[in-house]
Amino acid sequence: MSAPAIAALRALPVELQDRRAPAWWGVVFLIATEASLFAYLLFSYFYLGSIARGAWPPHGPPELRLALPNTFVLLASSGTMWWAESGIRRGSQGRLRAGLLLTIVLGAVFLAVQMIEYHNSDFGPRTDAYGSLFYTVTGFHGAHVAVGLLMLLVVMVRAWLGHFAEGRHLAITNTAWYWHFVDVVWLAVFTSLYLSPRLAG
Amino acid sequence: MTVTTITPDQRSAGLEERLERIWETAPGLLGVLGTVDHKAIGKRYLATAFLFLILGGLEASAMRLQLAGPERHLLGPEQYNQLFTMHGVTMIFLYASPILSGFSNFLWPLLLGSRDMAFPRLNALSYWVFLFAGLFLYSSFLVGQAPDRGWFAYVPLTEAAYSPGLNMDFYALGLILLTVSTTVGAINFIVTAFTMRAPGMSVNRLPIFMWGTLTTSFAVLFALPALTVACVFLYFDRRFGMHFFDTAAGGHPLLWQHLFWIFGHPWVYIIVLPAMGMVSDYLPVFCRRPLVGYTFVALATVSTGILGFGVWAHHMFATGLPPVSTTFFSAASMVITLPSAVAVFAWIATIWHGRPVVRTPFLFAAGFVVLFVIGGVSGVATAAVPFDWQLTDTYFVVAHLHYVLIGINLFAVIGAFYFWLPKMTGRMLSERLGRWNFWIMFVGFNLAFLPMHVTGLMGMPRRIYTYPAGLGWDTLNLISTIGSFVFAFGILLFLVNVWWSRRHGTLAGPNPWDAPTLEWSIPSPPPPYNFAVIPTVESRHPLWEAELGEGARSKLDVGPTLDQGRETLGTSALDAEPEQVLRMPEDSLWPLLLGLALTVTAYGLLISGWWIAGAGGALSIVFVAGWLWP
Amino acid sequence: MILPRTVQTPVMLHPAGPAASPLASLGWVLLGISVVVVLVVSVLVLVAALRARQEGAAVSRSGQGLTWIVVGGLAVPAVILTFVFVLTVRTLGAAAVPSHSAATIEVVGHRWWWEVRYRDSLSASITTTANELHVPTGQPVRLELSTADVIHSFWVPELAGKTDLIPGQHNVAWVQADHPGVYWGTCGEYCGLEHARMQLTVVAESPAAFRRWLDQQRQPAGLASASAMAGQALVTDGACALCHTIRGTAAGGALGPDLTHVASRRMLAAGTVANTRGGLAAWIANPHALKPGTAMPAVGLSGPELQAVVAYLETLR
Repeated sequence: MSAPAIAALRALPVELQDRRAPAWWGVVFLIATEASLFAYLLFSYFYLGSIARGAWPPHGPPELRLALPNTFVLLASSGTMWWAESGIRRGSQGRLRAGLLLTIVLGAVFLAVQMIEYHNSDFGPRTDAYGSLFYTVTGFHGAHVAVGLLMLLVVMVRAWLGHFAEGRHLAITNTAWYWHFVDVVWLAVFTSLYLSPRLAG
Repeated sequence: MTVTTITPDQRSAGLEERLERIWETAPGLLGVLGTVDHKAIGKRYLATAFLFLILGGLEASAMRLQLAGPERHLLGPEQYNQLFTMHGVTMIFLYASPILSGFSNFLWPLLLGSRDMAFPRLNALSYWVFLFAGLFLYSSFLVGQAPDRGWFAYVPLTEAAYSPGLNMDFYALGLILLTVSTTVGAINFIVTAFTMRAPGMSVNRLPIFMWGTLTTSFAVLFALPALTVACVFLYFDRRFGMHFFDTAAGGHPLLWQHLFWIFGHPWVYIIVLPAMGMVSDYLPVFCRRPLVGYTFVALATVSTGILGFGVWAHHMFATGLPPVSTTFFSAASMVITLPSAVAVFAWIATIWHGRPVVRTPFLFAAGFVVLFVIGGVSGVATAAVPFDWQLTDTYFVVAHLHYVLIGINLFAVIGAFYFWLPKMTGRMLSERLGRWNFWIMFVGFNLAFLPMHVTGLMGMPRRIYTYPAGLGWDTLNLISTIGSFVFAFGILLFLVNVWWSRRHGTLAGPNPWDAPTLEWSIPSPPPPYNFAVIPTVESRHPLWEAELGEGARSKLDVGPTLDQGRETLGTSALDAEPEQVLRMPEDSLWPLLLGLALTVTAYGLLISGWWIAGAGGALSIVFVAGWLWP
Repeated sequence: MILPRTVQTPVMLHPAGPAASPLASLGWVLLGISVVVVLVVSVLVLVAALRARQEGAAVSRSGQGLTWIVVGGLAVPAVILTFVFVLTVRTLGAAAVPSHSAATIEVVGHRWWWEVRYRDSLSASITTTANELHVPTGQPVRLELSTADVIHSFWVPELAGKTDLIPGQHNVAWVQADHPGVYWGTCGEYCGLEHARMQLTVVAESPAAFRRWLDQQRQPAGLASASAMAGQALVTDGACALCHTIRGTAAGGALGPDLTHVASRRMLAAGTVANTRGGLAAWIANPHALKPGTAMPAVGLSGPELQAVVAYLETLR
């Protein structure tokens, strides 16, 4: 390294809070491997669907009556999360706290509606391979929503304790990335399980 | 944002002592259980993985005794099936991959000019979970229900109807637990490589070993979830009566095979690429010249990792796949040979154009090249679909895979021990014993496994606990058994050498081999802080610059000292420009506690103790929160 | 135990028919290339290591060496692999299941034995036997493979490569023996406890002899002679009949192999023991001593009972 570069070393920031932080990289690669997990779950769904002898899905496509609005609930929660994060980027504690609270409420509503859907369903995980897949895929996703909610609860407590500020919000950014990921996965799950059988007609 | 001022000075008086105080692990039990030092973790990984190698080797020895002659009754079918399954599981999951993680953990920060991995506590977690997953799998022997359906665990043989015991639950849950370890380890390696290289260590200056582990880590992220999904399905089928693989209810057994091999074939490369990388790095030291074709070998490593995802169905040629897809997978399996051939000829050219100094690591590297080629060409034979219909599930494949896994992994690893153990312990291994060690292992290995090609061609299937006399397999099997014990004696000699060197080995000094990379610029064993000043690197071989007439441009004695706390330098992802000062964590018990909680969860799931599993899960969440709390 | 002398070492490179010979030809080429490549590389490594050995050599950057990589690592392997791939594709065509066949045999895998069923297209009747396939020489025979439980794999090294028997899937294989002979086969996919003892025998005989054999197998068991009456009663009224069928008698169990013509077979218990008087007696007296995982129980016959049962079974030719 040349002499000016070494001179530049004299003033280096400690622990960057942006996309150069190791923790941010860590979340990105965690998301990458989790995305593969869902890819293999959906691969299994399409594989069994492609060799099914009878109708697929055997019970007809799952109902959209609750699932479609629920999809919008989850999408909305991504919006509120974005709103919270961009708030703290500008130093607004109010937007951070309100945004986190809204996100948690919307996430909890999503899970509750999914429970109702399970309850109303006329097949179970033991009915057949389709049922096993349906509950495992949506259940895995639900578990990821639940983990995301736990992360949100922790950062919300920290938000109330005043841990975050403009330029000091890495945990918020990382949680936001994870939460957006959980939403995107739902879109993939929703498209595969709910929409694709309808498209295939 | 805090900005710190750092002094890129000559080492000042008292710097080493100051850093030592900052970085040393606490004394006593707390330090033992809570250390996050990558060197300690790396050595634990190496020792634990080697212990599993010995266990797997003992299992293999028992099997070889059983197969020494026809119709022997040393082992019954139940025992034999447990042994061959646990032999495979042990060698593939508990030895071959963790031993490389051990080298990577110990070496990466040293190769990178850093003071630790990006996530030291995650590193500790990775080790603990590996250890606990291994103990979990082996605890199956205590209840006499070790996994017994092969490491590939094909359904429906592994479904509850045909495997009612806990055997395959140990398998499914143990592997899921191990997945946690491997995944966090992979993320740690990737982030470390992206953010913590010494200033100036741009990607084209990385040691090939790092290319190997980096490729492997990416492959882990994308391949391992397939195994997780498969094992979750298996466990759900077995325990909750689901139907993923049940043809009567719309499932299919080939779903397992696809998922398993989508994971399984990349995994083969995962457990050889870092080993190939190690050879690419230590072979040139004994050829007294840089590696020929660095760029070719780096690209070959990466492309092997990528192509490895396109060949899985060559494990399934006999399942009745349509000819179009078998032809595709056959072609892909042949294409993937090319990057390996590139690496082989890069090594040969390095020897040819070098001035070889024959030491034990050189012998292991040269032997490795020959075994690699044997394992490679027999691999091409199995990639030719119609001949594979004959070869698959015979002893030919047993020979092939052992040439690949012992040849490319174990020979590279033992050579790497001869090369790097002096850095770890500060003492050299005996060269004289080392040569005996190599030749006995090399002869024993070939004596054991070369005849197996023929046994396979003569029709002997794999995974049989006995065979009839009169089919012409007797003599070859006896030779294989003798060879395997010669080979085992070679491994024993290695252990003797290690034990001997602790006391009697000559002191290594910082650079006993006159090797070119950063780890040889610091004392052996390295101090807890690794580098007193963070070096700046200007070439691939900073310690050879003068000898190669390139001028000593890399700066090893001048650089940031970062002695205000546990700190190291964060640099940019591609060009390794200094970017930030990273604060590193102190010793911590959270990783151990989290590892224990996850293991409790696994046992809860094993025995259908839902409260136990729930408690383990809840504790895991609490521990993660405690860990992440600032 | 010792196999009958008629069985030779099942070398896959010595094929006995057109389903296996393209595979063997490909195999010879592959093995030849492999040996040459290994020898060349080994010599190169050895020469390279010895030619310029120098203790205490200084580091230098002598020679470029990239030619090695381009020629040895890319060009030569690419040519070899292309050749091998073309050969592979051609062999796939040559070994494909032919459109016509002289006979169709259903092979059903069980843990751990083979059920063999000959379907008669005219009478729609099915003749069932076990662990021994008879095929006419010089004609392709179609095999329809299925399994009663787990995955197995049908393999007779001299006659055909492996094809898996997979639940929920109907795989087809074929064999053709050019000359009369007895060929050894086995299960090629690990199928649990007694995978090792799931062997089979293929008997190839002239079309006329095959016809005779099949006609014979179609017949129900003949009336027992006076000396075998006692044994027959023990078998058909006792425990044996719970699992085994003997056509023409009251024994109609469906769990184990069909015994109607058991005495005509060369081996017992899927290659476990030769079908001699002693072998048969030993097997019935204590199956688990010979094949620990077998589903067949020891039924606790007295000495004379055992002799009677063996005497009866030996009449089932």
